[in-house]
Amino acid sequence: MLILTLIKVSLKSLWANKMRSFLATLGIIIGVGAVIAMLALGEGAKRQITQKVSSLGSNLMILRPGQKGSRGVQSSTYDNLKLEDAEAILHKVPEVLQLSPVIRGSAQVKYLNQNTRVPITGAAVTYFSIRNFALQHGRPFTDAETREQARLAVIGSQTADDLFKGRSPLGKVIKVNGLNFKIIGLLKVKGDEGWYNPDNQLIIPYTTAMKQLFGLDYLGGIDLQIKKGVDPEEVKKKITAVMRHQHRIPADMPLDFTLQSQAEVLETLNSITLALTLLLGGIASISLLVGGIGIMNIMLVTVTERTREIGIRKALGARNRDILRQFLFESTLISLIGGGIGVALGIGICYLIDSIFSFSTLIQPTYVAIAFSFSAAVGTFFGFYPALRAARQDPIEALRYE
Amino acid sequence: MQDDGENARFGMKDHFQLRFKAWRGFCVGVTGSIEQQGAFIMLVVEEVTKRYRMGDQEILALNRVSLTVDRAEMVAIVGASGSGKSTLMHILGCLDRPDSGRYVLNGRDVSRLLGDELARIRNREIGFVFQTFNLLPRMSALENVELPLLYAGHPAAKIEAAKALEQVGLASRMYHEPNQLSGGQRQRVAIARALVTNPSIILADEPTGNLDSKSSEEIMAVFQRLNREDGRTIIIVTHEQEIAAKCQRQIRIRDGQILS
Ligand SMILES: Nc1ncnc2c1ncn2[C@@H]1O[C@H](COP(=O)(O)OP(=O)(O)OP(=O)(O)O)[C@@H](O)[C@H]1O
Ligand SMILES: [Mg+2]
Repeated sequence: MLILTLIKVSLKSLWANKMRSFLATLGIIIGVGAVIAMLALGEGAKRQITQKVSSLGSNLMILRPGQKGSRGVQSSTYDNLKLEDAEAILHKVPEVLQLSPVIRGSAQVKYLNQNTRVPITGAAVTYFSIRNFALQHGRPFTDAETREQARLAVIGSQTADDLFKGRSPLGKVIKVNGLNFKIIGLLKVKGDEGWYNPDNQLIIPYTTAMKQLFGLDYLGGIDLQIKKGVDPEEVKKKITAVMRHQHRIPADMPLDFTLQSQAEVLETLNSITLALTLLLGGIASISLLVGGIGIMNIMLVTVTERTREIGIRKALGARNRDILRQFLFESTLISLIGGGIGVALGIGICYLIDSIFSFSTLIQPTYVAIAFSFSAAVGTFFGFYPALRAARQDPIEALRYE
Repeated sequence: MQDDGENARFGMKDHFQLRFKAWRGFCVGVTGSIEQQGAFIMLVVEEVTKRYRMGDQEILALNRVSLTVDRAEMVAIVGASGSGKSTLMHILGCLDRPDSGRYVLNGRDVSRLLGDELARIRNREIGFVFQTFNLLPRMSALENVELPLLYAGHPAAKIEAAKALEQVGLASRMYHEPNQLSGGQRQRVAIARALVTNPSIILADEPTGNLDSKSSEEIMAVFQRLNREDGRTIIIVTHEQEIAAKCQRQIRIRDGQILS
């Protein structure tokens, strides 16, 4: 039979039982909608995490002093991380592209009558490229200026707004804990990262931070950028070996520092989101399956109800496969229509989530295609048994059916 | 008196048939098959038996029935209710298979064919008309008539269907759905559907059973015209003597056996 006739006949019989057809598709609609929304939620979360983590810098590794007395109630960090350690790593581990000592603290910052407490980062010039900090205006400090302990600062966009109220901060002199610092650069907006706000800080040479501002002889950490394409695990091993040597820690003693690669962080976070996505998607697929059972139920009713029609068609020369095809087509059509509405519903849910929770879901066209074709497959699969029952009716008995 | 005359005529016919059978038997002996003797013969039923089982009770619906129908014949099958007329028609229409015996339609033994082959024969060689019309609801007369052609994969189903409707005088009702037609009109649509594939034989099981006498006459007129003008073979099951009288031959059946 012609496919066009088949479509017409199926649509007609679906239309004749509008309410029932709608109820039959409801499960599929909800299932497909839920699957698409859940996957979009997961993909959105993944994209957000990836963006945040890679905005920290690519191929980043972070070395921090370890916690003292891990079992104690009070725990402070070790203060034995030195500049020499950073130099040793740079010289002995060729996979390290560049690194920067990092000092973290905060200070009272004044400009005219504005007075606020601002997080301070002491770092080398390499810090900007390691951490992906781009400058809106001005320049970072140089190596020479770092050696001279120059009192120069690059200012975060939010801090600049707070202090200068929209006027250009470049060239202005501010007081940091009473010392004069000249602002030579303005950072581009990066966006809040949750655990710290990169737009609210002053970045100054680490030498100045150690010697003049905080009076420290140890580092708050070392940020490293490793070369592209090298195995982070290998590099970690090498750095650990160098550090053991530097701090004279025997192989069987615990380390006094932590070393984390950005790839690891990303991997962990991504595997968490993936697990969540799969869980949510899995739950949603169950509703798709339930939708399939709904279709099977309705198709069984339809087949029984149309027994006489089946008898007539057979008497006119329909073969078993013609009848099978007709009902299979009908159930597939039901679920295709349901799938279509479900896709719309899923996209609608995503818009709703985006606007209510200010979260950005990511609808992958491939997932939509998969959910859609899966719904069609569900219709075909669950429609098969009813269609087979229809096809196997004995013509005489079917004609006699009241 | 009139009855006698009819009997006499049928007697003659029977005599002729017996001789014909003998001649055919001879030919079977020579050629090895009656399938090749199909020039005059539409169908041959030989010793067909059909049983129905209801629990542990067995009903012999057809008991060793034999009959022959020639081409272009118009035959009536008459008999009491429950005598097995419909059962026989279902077998003739390839809707059912006999438990034993042979059924040769159009020179081909179809009594042992299976599902799809039977469907093909129903589609191409047989037009069935039911007492209850059996049109599909929510489909126009034209679409109903088209249906057998669609299953046959006919390229111009619409045109042929329209022609068939014209033949039964329903050209003006093509786009009406069954519930917008009178009983007589519905049955004419059913007849159009039966003849649209140009089948060898039209089988009608009490086609006027649900109609008033005027519509019945119209329907019979259609059948007679199809038989006389187009030379179609027609078998009609009926209760009514007037209907049976319009056929060339009557086959009487009682308790699953053919009387004459
Ligand atoms: N599916 C069936 N199961 C059991 N018995 C059946 C079945 N179909 C027919 N019979 C029996 O076979 C016999 C012949 O039935 P059939 O329908 O052929 O009669 P009929 O001559 O067509 O009667 P009517 O004139 O009332 O239509 C009846 O006794 C009937 O009860
Ligand atoms: Mg009957």
